[in-house]
Amino acid sequence: MQEKTVNQKAWFLVLPVLVLVAFSAVIPLMTVVNYSVQDTFGGNQFFWAGLEWFDDLLHSERMWNALGRQLAFSAIILAIEVPLGILVALSMPKSGFWASFCLVVMSLPLLIPWNVVGTIWQIFGRVDIGLLGHTLDKLGIPYNYTQDFISAWATVIVMDVWHWTSLVALLAYAGLQSIPDAYYQAAKIDQASRWKVFRYIELPKMAGVLMIAILLRFMDSFMIYTEPFVVTGGGPGNATTFLSIDLVKMALGQFDLGPAAAFSIMYFLVILLISWVFYTVMTNLDRREGK
Amino acid sequence: MADLSTQAPARGLSLPKINSRAVVMTLYLVFLMLPIYWLVNMSLKTNAEILGEFSLWPRDLTLQNYVTILTDASWYMGYVNSLIYVVMNTVISVAVALPAAYAFSRYHFMGDKHLFFWLLTNRMAPPAVFALPFFQLYSSVGLFDTHIAVALAHCLFNVPLAVWILEGFMRGVPKEIDETAYIDGYSFGRFFVKIFMPLIASGIGVAAFFCFMFSWVELLLSRTLTSVDAKPIAATMTRTVSASGLDWGVLAAAGVLTIVPGALVIYFVRNYIAKGFALGRV
Repeated sequence: MQEKTVNQKAWFLVLPVLVLVAFSAVIPLMTVVNYSVQDTFGGNQFFWAGLEWFDDLLHSERMWNALGRQLAFSAIILAIEVPLGILVALSMPKSGFWASFCLVVMSLPLLIPWNVVGTIWQIFGRVDIGLLGHTLDKLGIPYNYTQDFISAWATVIVMDVWHWTSLVALLAYAGLQSIPDAYYQAAKIDQASRWKVFRYIELPKMAGVLMIAILLRFMDSFMIYTEPFVVTGGGPGNATTFLSIDLVKMALGQFDLGPAAAFSIMYFLVILLISWVFYTVMTNLDRREGK
Repeated sequence: MADLSTQAPARGLSLPKINSRAVVMTLYLVFLMLPIYWLVNMSLKTNAEILGEFSLWPRDLTLQNYVTILTDASWYMGYVNSLIYVVMNTVISVAVALPAAYAFSRYHFMGDKHLFFWLLTNRMAPPAVFALPFFQLYSSVGLFDTHIAVALAHCLFNVPLAVWILEGFMRGVPKEIDETAYIDGYSFGRFFVKIFMPLIASGIGVAAFFCFMFSWVELLLSRTLTSVDAKPIAATMTRTVSASGLDWGVLAAAGVLTIVPGALVIYFVRNYIAKGFALGRV
């Protein structure tokens, strides 16, 4: 680890960032806090409401349902993307032209604007004009992501797997690349099976980056908005209304400032907690690698 | 030399395994490419063909959809608007992040860990939480529907991202270089620009690329903060979808054009994608 010197003047170097992020994070957040404890009857008149909105929120079925859907979604995509990502990473060529080729193609979905990801699947899944929808229809499988609950969920999940598995794979691949050849040779001398090589060499060496991948995926899936919004619009009914979609509906659609603000704060606290786990993992990882 | 002899027979034995790896890889890449192929396919068809006979490739190839977008101001201004605020945001983010990342990678100062953590929470913050307050904040200061408003709003997650990525690259540069330069009589400013920045040029490139990308792909905030003058392409596309007369061909063509900036630079950043998404930590 590089020794750092104590220097309070370093604050001056950080100051621009501090001012800018304070402007774009602290002021809006304070507005939210402000709304969360007040009530309004229109105009610009506000009344102290105390913790009423939070109380309402904790007893609101709508919020718990959205949270439940959100957690189910995050759990499902993690359960698919992490094993699939590891499998893909293990299957990637180690070097040469094909390694570059795989990297480029795999990165492509990561760099597509999120609403276009939605548009791609919206078109791809339509029964009349989409390849996926048309094929399923020809096979006799009932599929309609705007009307049918299961189709909508399947579409949103497959879309997320399509969009983000490459990220898990690329991170796992980076972890694999850092394993020295000597480890594999030692395993070969010991006649370790393929599974044992994976379990005792590759998996421990990937553990750090996999942890990052899981946390990143959890975090980003936890605030997913654009893709399901474009494809299903939160429907059918409320079937794919995740936390962010519900919050935007409440805040910008119905302009329910108080409940929306209380909702925001709860949401933010969850994110804060996960960020802290993420930070701890990152710093532990740095320490272990001795950077 | 010794391991050559041990590897040669092993390769012969594991031949079926290599094949299974190739199969997994091929299937996965096909899975990734199919939806994209379908979008490109759509963009090259006329609407009559899209809604008529189902076909796997365009029968009568047309570029009319692209012509529509590139000649209609309400379409191509979407790209111009997006590019303006994305470039503004990238420049601001990287410019303020450079000195800050240097401070974090080189010095201890009061509250440094807390500050570093706080930055992370902003990268992770859900834009949905900030949509309404941003709307009110920028409306009240008269910046609603301007490019700078979106650029500043995207700083919320891009400045922390740039700081973390740059710090990840800077910690790899030995501290002796700084000390030698100061002994040689370089001032901080000259050292930073003349010596340090060239050393972490790839890091700056990666940070800029990711700021560009995350600003480019974001829809919720940019849609909330604009109405006409600064309306981004993403919003133009969703509004077309919600209108009744759907023009699938043009929509697909617009989608293909938004993929182009990423696809153009993807080759140069291919080895840094994982590092960038993991905030410089891999």
